[in-house]
Amino acid sequence: MDITRRRLLMLLPAAAVAWRYVQAGTPEAAPNYKLTEHWWGMLIDIPKCIGCGSCVRACAEENDVPEGYFRTWIERYHVADWKIERPDVESPNGGAQGFPPNEIDGKNFFVPKLCNHCVDSPCTQVCPVGATFVTPDGVVLVDKTYCLGCRYCVQACPYGCRFINPKTSTAEKCSLCYHRITKGLTTACCEVCPTGARQLADLKNPKDPIHEFLRTHTVQVLKPHMATGAKVFYNGMDGSVR
Amino acid sequence: MPGAWRGKANVFKDIEHLIRLAAVMAIALVAFVVLRAAVVPRSFGQYGHYRGAAIAETAARPVAFAGHDTCEACHTEVVDQKKQGKHVVVACEACHGAQAKHADDPASVTPPKLDTAIVCARCHEANSAKPKGFPQVATADHSGGLACDTCHQPHKPKIESAEKTTAGGMK
Repeated sequence: MDITRRRLLMLLPAAAVAWRYVQAGTPEAAPNYKLTEHWWGMLIDIPKCIGCGSCVRACAEENDVPEGYFRTWIERYHVADWKIERPDVESPNGGAQGFPPNEIDGKNFFVPKLCNHCVDSPCTQVCPVGATFVTPDGVVLVDKTYCLGCRYCVQACPYGCRFINPKTSTAEKCSLCYHRITKGLTTACCEVCPTGARQLADLKNPKDPIHEFLRTHTVQVLKPHMATGAKVFYNGMDGSVR
Repeated sequence: MPGAWRGKANVFKDIEHLIRLAAVMAIALVAFVVLRAAVVPRSFGQYGHYRGAAIAETAARPVAFAGHDTCEACHTEVVDQKKQGKHVVVACEACHGAQAKHADDPASVTPPKLDTAIVCARCHEANSAKPKGFPQVATADHSGGLACDTCHQPHKPKIESAEKTTAGGMK
């Protein structure tokens, strides 16, 4: 068949469409990882947290979190005996460099916070373009190539876990180190936690120690009245924690 | 020639305006379908109302922290040492920082030497919010600014009685 000018002009659009489809096929990052076999969450054992800030620093390094923004942070609670309903909460630089000495009286403890990877997450429900979503393995992610930066999700998150990255102007949040957990590693924060206060949990894995822990302990999630289906479980959490 | 066309097809004489409208709508519909196919990413809707390929893209990011299993594959002597003390539960990169680059190329990328006066204090500096059972010291009183590894071996921090007597002369 001769390639005439007419035939070439007819072939070009078809070839362009075909090439687009070739490019669209993204190679699987972790070939042995099956989305349907996992359901991720995290366990935070408050009585074990020493507020060292290792998790905050590791998260920033692992995920290139811009200075002054946090995907995870630690709060220090000071609950005076006479005002349980109004605790003093502070988080200097997200707790990345630890905490200065504080009052000895009352109750003092640390609460590490991060995205709760809610099943019924308010942030994904308000996204107008489908740039944020709950993956089939239960992780809330942001598609930064699709995000418009409209900030709806930042307002919608009841836990304050989202921010707009000043460099990309797109929404950003904890990805539960999705690039690590799909490779069989734990998250950066859990990896460096020296006391085991943070534990990655795969709720679909029957061998995960989380099941034994949940059976034998009284755990709570943050803001249960919001019915977000949060999957970050807190052990030993005081009633004053917001 | 519009007039000649009309003359031949009398059937369409009174509904020509409708045919034109239908043609415009058909073109608009085709344009919409073609544009939508071109603009909406192929993997959109694969798992839900989002771009399915974004999952694999997020997962493709390189890691910074190699994980203690990777460290322990080579540094077996440190593993044996850590097993004798309480720091056995502390992962290597908790103190030494992200070392995936070192793990990829151990010869040319070497982790920096740590200043124990800073690293140890991150965890062990006394604070009223820390759990009561956790070993904590006010470093200013405890060591007077000396680096912790003057007395403690960080991988096996408990000072044995024999070592204590030799280090005791320092006070």
